[in-house]
Amino acid sequence: MYRYDEFDRIFVAERVAQFRDQVRRRLAGELSEEEFRPLRLQNGLYLQLHAYMLRIAIPYGTLSSRQLRMLAHIARRYDRGFGHFTTRQNIQFNWIKLEETPDILADLATVEMHGLQTSGNCIRNVTADHWAGVAPDEIEDPRIWSEIVRQWSTLHPEFSFLPRKFKIAVTGAPNDRAAVKVHDIGLRMHRNADGEAGFEVIVGGGLGRTPMIGKTIREFLPKRHLLSYLEAILRVYNEYGRRDNLFKSRIKILVHEIGAAEMTRRVEEEWAQIRGGALDLPIETIAGIAAQFSPPAYAPQPASVPQIDALRFAEPAFARWLKTNVAAHRKSGYAIVTLSLKPEGGPPGDASAAQMDAVADLADQHGFGEIRVSHEQNLLLPHVPRAALPALWRALGGLNLATPNAGKITDIICCPGLDYCSLANARSIPVSQRLTRRFNDLARVHDIGDLKIKMSGCINACGHHHVGHIGLLGVDKGGEEFYQITLGGSAEGDASLGAILGPAVSSAEVVDAVETLVETYIAERRQGERFLDTYRRVGAAPFKERLYAVA
Amino acid sequence: MPLLKNGAVIDDRWRRLADDDPLPGTDAVIVTLARLRVDRMLAKRGGPLGLALKNNEPVQPLAGELHHFELIALEFPKFTDGRAYSQARLLRERLGFTGELRATGQVLPDQLLFMQRCGFDAFEIAKGAPIEAWKKAMESFSVFYQPAADGREPVSSLRRVLGSRA
Amino acid sequence: MSKTQPSLQILTANRLTDGAVVYLTAAGTWTTEIRQSVVAREEKAASALLARGQKDAESAVVVAPYLIAAIEDADRPRAASLREQIRAAGPSQPVADAVATAVGLAYP
Repeated sequence: MYRYDEFDRIFVAERVAQFRDQVRRRLAGELSEEEFRPLRLQNGLYLQLHAYMLRIAIPYGTLSSRQLRMLAHIARRYDRGFGHFTTRQNIQFNWIKLEETPDILADLATVEMHGLQTSGNCIRNVTADHWAGVAPDEIEDPRIWSEIVRQWSTLHPEFSFLPRKFKIAVTGAPNDRAAVKVHDIGLRMHRNADGEAGFEVIVGGGLGRTPMIGKTIREFLPKRHLLSYLEAILRVYNEYGRRDNLFKSRIKILVHEIGAAEMTRRVEEEWAQIRGGALDLPIETIAGIAAQFSPPAYAPQPASVPQIDALRFAEPAFARWLKTNVAAHRKSGYAIVTLSLKPEGGPPGDASAAQMDAVADLADQHGFGEIRVSHEQNLLLPHVPRAALPALWRALGGLNLATPNAGKITDIICCPGLDYCSLANARSIPVSQRLTRRFNDLARVHDIGDLKIKMSGCINACGHHHVGHIGLLGVDKGGEEFYQITLGGSAEGDASLGAILGPAVSSAEVVDAVETLVETYIAERRQGERFLDTYRRVGAAPFKERLYAVA
Repeated sequence: MPLLKNGAVIDDRWRRLADDDPLPGTDAVIVTLARLRVDRMLAKRGGPLGLALKNNEPVQPLAGELHHFELIALEFPKFTDGRAYSQARLLRERLGFTGELRATGQVLPDQLLFMQRCGFDAFEIAKGAPIEAWKKAMESFSVFYQPAADGREPVSSLRRVLGSRA
Repeated sequence: MSKTQPSLQILTANRLTDGAVVYLTAAGTWTTEIRQSVVAREEKAASALLARGQKDAESAVVVAPYLIAAIEDADRPRAASLREQIRAAGPSQPVADAVATAVGLAYP
């Protein structure tokens, strides 16, 4: 994983000093809130429902054990003992004091972390496939490119006051696990006819008030041109993106209003002026960054692990966990393990300081000290020898991190909602908790199979509800919490936006409603069909009928 | 308005001309693009000429005329409206403008370095703004990650020069 | 002719230094206890509260003052909306309980 060099260390120290001075000026009244707000946002500090909330960047969802321990320290020392992992692979703390934030950023800097550009109208954390570097289907590690883009976008003087926030995602595999089609820019690595690897450039995807699937403006971009091409896109957006209406200022609106063809024309016209210039990526620069992402020193592994088979038969829970939370690794004898942050009754995506410390230890013990954060709000250990699986599973069980539900109905993607967020219209976490209790029978969960429920507490869609197989959107109806249901969304290669099923259901009814939808699927499904497949085959009608049938 | 240039607050020798003001003889005046397009007397006049562009007026069409101007003023109507950053870079890097590039509007110390990196070299600042805040802002970073209009070497090229990781 | 119910309002903000949710008291100080906040019973009084809050925002005491609807419960004000109730009391009970459990997790 990327390690800072002296330049990076100096930079982040300068950033901390700058922010410390800005906070001093704010507290002394030398800066007004209006002047200070974009400055603190560009360091990740929001004013939220209960206090200040700090969003710390976890670039492309990769953490070292040392960094995870620092997050545990921050949770304990400066907050209330836990943190929340987000759908952009970042972490949030909810009870932060402004006056302590410079110290927090200074602590983070000691482990090469920061809150830079996790908010504000600038380029945000560049997210990537959480299986980067270890997925069997990968062409190239997307984190190489995420890191190159991260550096280029850091305090970019031209693009720090864009019309609105800007989110970039990268996938290095044909199977998109980074939701590239619903980002402002999505980069999908693939090979051209000559076998050369390059990027499909997708622009104008996004969720929120007006969800849209991104449009491909360039089928194949050679790698060396990545930064100049991105600069062209950002410049067109900076110049032409709407600034008159907060809800129409994302690049997706620009693409929608002028059309993909015109957007392509403007970008290509600008790019023609700058390609091959100062932003051209020389081989040495790419190689220097790529070298930081070389695989760890994998050791030869036995061809089979008898303990796994023995334990699988002895403990059905272990068998289930192997099925859902353990995925095949590029390197034979190794596995990618998902640590579910969605236990029964738990707040989805949260981890306590104790859990973070324990996971850091387990990463050191079983996984080369590396942890991943997925945009589905789980943690992963990406380099676990299969021989270690039994011991790891037992350890995770003791930490409440072994729920065998990865990708299943109770692996709910859920925003913080009205319990934490001043933008929300309804609570989301208690609904998630109730759903995990209703569907606590693991045999049933496994029978239901792959099912992504995504829930947002408001139209800003931080829970990505538009791309949930079942999407739940919290709304306020006359002061009461209601939930609008959408079906058929997907964030993968076959990206689609969910369609509203019918009238919103009350908080009291929503868990029953989800159960009804599940029952409909079970009744209609054919052999091998997931929920999404059945819905796409039979349409909304059977679900609508059953859900809204007069009692 | 106080003018910050070359690290000090100096007297501003330029005057903004409203679109319907008569054209003075040899004073240094800044005119709008609208005036430029209709006033045939501008080219005949002897004095220094400056151009004030709104932040939605494209820069590219001015390519052949820039040599007429000693100064171009760009605008940040609110400091959160960052279009002038792009205009500035295009003027400096694409069109080769070498005159004074002035930032006007809501110009604050915390954006000074961004502006300077994009090619601004003069800043209309608020009256009474303490000069120390501005000096400090200019010196807040020594490491830069991307090439811009200021000619500073970004980290990536410094690394290539050094040849190996620090 | 029926009389319309006067709408009760209280002024809330966040304390600048630590972001704590605070409410304006009759004495013009800021408290974290919503029950101690001063209640405005008509528009003129509410506007006066807002003006006080904005003054304190300008002098770097609080951030983002705004008026919220209140209801009176045994002579003490409570927030009328769910959002402001959560803001006053913290995350709702099921969430608070789950977090307490998770945070209290024993690690061998």
